[in-house]
This record gives sequence, C-alpha cells and structure tokens, in this order.
Amino acid sequence: MKGLAMRGAAQASAALRFPAHSIAGRVGTSFKHEHLQAILTDGKRDRFFEVHAENYMGAGGPPHAALNQIRQDYPVSLHGVCMSIGGPQPLDKAHLQRFKALVDHYEPALVSEHLAWSTHGTTYFNDLLPLPYTAATLARVTDHIDQVQEAVGLPLLLENPSTYLIFPESTMSETSFIAEVVRRTGCGLLLDVNNVFVSGTNHGFAARDYLADFPLEHVGEIHLAGHTQQADDEGELLLIDSHDCPVTEAVWKLFDVVISQCGPIPTLVEWDSDLPDWAGLKVEADAAQTIIDRHVQGLKRGKAHAA
Amino acid sequence: MPLEGRGGDFCGELPYAAAFSRALLDPDLATPTVIAGPKSKAAMKRYNVYRNNVTVSLINALAAAFPATLRITGVDFFRAMARFYVRSTPPSSPLLFEYGRDFPDFIEQYEYAQSVPWLADVARIDRAWLNAYHAADVQPLMQHELAAIPSEQLPNIVLEPHPATRVIRSRFSAVTVFTASRSDGPASHIEVVEPEDALVTRPALEVEVRRLPPGGAIFLGRLMTGESLGAAASAAFSESPSFDLPANIRGLLEAGAFTTIICGES
Repeated sequence: MKGLAMRGAAQASAALRFPAHSIAGRVGTSFKHEHLQAILTDGKRDRFFEVHAENYMGAGGPPHAALNQIRQDYPVSLHGVCMSIGGPQPLDKAHLQRFKALVDHYEPALVSEHLAWSTHGTTYFNDLLPLPYTAATLARVTDHIDQVQEAVGLPLLLENPSTYLIFPESTMSETSFIAEVVRRTGCGLLLDVNNVFVSGTNHGFAARDYLADFPLEHVGEIHLAGHTQQADDEGELLLIDSHDCPVTEAVWKLFDVVISQCGPIPTLVEWDSDLPDWAGLKVEADAAQTIIDRHVQGLKRGKAHAA
Repeated sequence: MPLEGRGGDFCGELPYAAAFSRALLDPDLATPTVIAGPKSKAAMKRYNVYRNNVTVSLINALAAAFPATLRITGVDFFRAMARFYVRSTPPSSPLLFEYGRDFPDFIEQYEYAQSVPWLADVARIDRAWLNAYHAADVQPLMQHELAAIPSEQLPNIVLEPHPATRVIRSRFSAVTVFTASRSDGPASHIEVVEPEDALVTRPALEVEVRRLPPGGAIFLGRLMTGESLGAAASAAFSESPSFDLPANIRGLLEAGAFTTIICGES
C-alpha cells in the first residue's frame, strides 16, 4: 500500500521528536488535562494514553503542551470521533488533513475512528450516529477508510458502535458488515466491549454470540467503559453508552473472555465525563491489567508445561 | 444553500442521513420512518437518546466555552439560553472549540437576557479567551527589540499582532465583571456603568485578560489592522486626549500583544 511505504520516511524524521514506546499488552486511560500533574507525579511508565484527536486540532496552547509532555514518556493512541466515516457524503478533506498532521506530529502507536457518522450537509451533530448495513453503505464506508488510511499511512482501527435502534433497510448484520470492511480495506478493529454489551441489551442479542461472529483476529485495541440505564418505549431496559461511571461486572466478564481468546491486546478504560481523580481512574486500569496479567501468566505456564 | 445542495447530490442514493438527522434538533418533528426498534418495538425513546446526546453535548460545549457567562446567569438560565442557540445555530465544524463564535451576538438579542445588557460583552471576553487558549505558540515581541529601533523610525513601524491578541470594547464594566466571574471568590456587587475595554493575550501558556487604559483600544485596534505606530497613536489621541503613548506601548509589550516589528517606509 502506497500510504504504508510513505510511513518509513515519516518515522525516520519523527523518531527525533519522540521516543518509540511499545504499546503491546498495555492498559491505557483517556488522557484528561486535569490529571496531568498527578500522572507526572505518579511516574509509572507502563501505561498508555488515548486522546480525542479533535481536542488537539487547535494551532497551539496548553492542549499541545500537555500532549507533547505525555508523549515523551508514554505511547499515545489517537482516537478520532468526528471523521463521519459512516456518512453518505464525502469526507471533509480539511478535517482529514488536520488528522494526518496530528499523526505526523505525535507518532501515535494506534489510530482509530468509529463506524458512525456525525456530519450531514454542513451541520456537525457531535454524536456518533448509526447507519444501515447495506451494499451501498458498505461501499461508501470502504471508500472512506481507504482515504483515511491513504492519508495517514497507518492501518486504521475501526470501532464497533453502540446503538439504540435499527434500520429496517439493513441487509446484513453488523458483524458481517465489519468483517467485510476489514477484508476490503485491510483496516484493523477497535473492539469496544461495552458497546457490544450495550447494543446486545438494546437489541436483544447475546454479547457472546456477537463476539463469536466478530473477526477477533483483527482486533488491535479494546475499549472498556461504563454505561447507564434508561427505559425504552415498552418500559424495558435501554442501556446508554455514557462513559461516566465504572465498568460493569458483565463487561469485565466479556473482556475476560476476549483476552482469553486473543491474548494481551492494548486495552483502554474510557471515562469522559463525571471524571474521578487520577487514583480513581487507575483503579479501573489496574483491574484491566490484572485480567491481562492473569492470562499472560496462564500462557507462560501452558508453554512451560508443554516444554 | 449550495453546500446543503451538494450534500443532497452526493447522498441521493443513500438518504438515511438526511432522514435521520432532520428531526435531531427539532423535538416537534416526528420520529424518522427510516428507523425502528428491534423486534417490532417502537423507536421514539430510542431516537430520543440521539436527540438528547446531540442537544445536551452541544449545551455542555457552550457551558465549557463560556464559564464567566455561565457564572453570571446561573446554570438553569444558561442551559435554557444555550438550548435555543443550539437549535437555531448548530455547529458547522467538527471542532467544538470553534463553536459559539456568534453566541455573544445571540445573547445580545436574547429576550430574557435584556436585563443584563453587559452579558454579551462578558461572553465576548469568554470567547476571546478560548481563541487565545488555542492560538498558535509564538514568542511575543520583547521590550528590548522595540528599544533597538531608532526613535526617528518609530512612527513608521508596523507591529505584527500575536495570534492570541484580541480587543473587546464594552459600554459596560465587562472586564471587571468577567474577572470577578472567573475568580473563585464570592460575587460582590459591581458597578457596571463605566465603559471598559478588554485586552486578551497569551504570551506563554496562560491566557491573560487586562483592562486597557483610555485610548488603548483604538490604539491597538488600529495597530492590529496594520496601521503604523504614528497613525495609531494619532487616532488614540483624538479619541482620548489623556492617551499615554509610552505607558500604552509598555503595557502592550508586557501583555505579549505583538510578535514582530515591520519597518515601514519613512
């Protein structure tokens, strides 16, 4: 792929800017500026941080100063939230250029976006909106991911959405749609385990069945987050992907299942509003690390036993 | 609107986004027919999750961008006012820190804010503060750089404004109100009858807000449009006979208002 060949040159020059930190098997948290001092004081270097790309698309100032500081000591994951990959209209070229500039500057270990859309016409809705799964939307999403990967010169990790409703016009399941996007574009996947659980509850399917159909071999990152409860029109449980509370027990269990099947995968605890202090967020990250470590130890024991 | 038309052309074979988005910001419109609940369930409350996410997240974005304005109005008033604005003027850029550029103008016209006529000016300082926060990192012009210019050339020089620099003129004491609203102390009674001009700068990482002395706003305003130091000073003197040129230059350099000196023709 042309974009990937270009990556070599970009890496050579950027290697002078930031140290290379491996993200393999690490646990990360959403980077919030109010935690910066606590993170620096803490000094532990075995984690990673994820940022929403759009928050760093200003020209300069404290956001860039903070991220430059973090990027010195940690691998960073760049998570786009408004490329509108799942929308019918062409990608915003200016936005794609801004995204590429961030990738070039910060050399993120992971780059991801959503299977969703957020802009229609000239209006930006600031939410991850759902799309029907049809041959026509598949072609459009494939084309958009090709453009992003061509621009940034890295494989994109595409995140499965949390959804609250369906489009009767859909002709394929979400997992078949995602598997076909991967086959056509060569992109990787960001598996949001909380989204699987939220959508499963909202649509009445078993999260484990979704995972059985999901192309797990292409997962390059996992997201964990908290959700809240509401009711649908029939008064039945409707889960909201809110990112404002601890990860639930059901989601930890699903995460355990995924890690036991896939081995250690970079895993992020997403927490975006009603933030706890740094110590509170670390409790969640430690819980994810404990699950990963247990499986890594199990693998080592298994290997030793086999030898 | 040409851009709407363009979106329509591209999306002709994929009408889901137009159908889905039409009612997102309008609670009076019916739930779109392109969607449904699973297993024959209804979709109204499900669609309302998206409606709520869109409106609440945009109100939250405005609340984060206009903290002094919010402190003056209180949360409930601010959120009601912001809801009107969000529904009439949703963002046209995915960069949320760009959102709300004309929110101060909206506030100025907002029926229920007429009893607080300085509110729009405080919102303008809030907005300038956020622009400065995200502005490019550029080293400001230092005192000694200007001191090195021979005095006979001074009237002809042009000063390049720093990308963070903004001037807000108010018929009210907007700077005093803004400063009090952004501090943690208790809100004390403030006389708001005296006009004040704000200077917003970011010489390093901290955004700074100052009150400009008499004539300072017209002086800096003229300089920012590229007029020479001499021409800007004349304009300031004619507006304000008490204009103190050396004090104004010193103050602007301390604030980091400029980046470079362009030596003009004599």
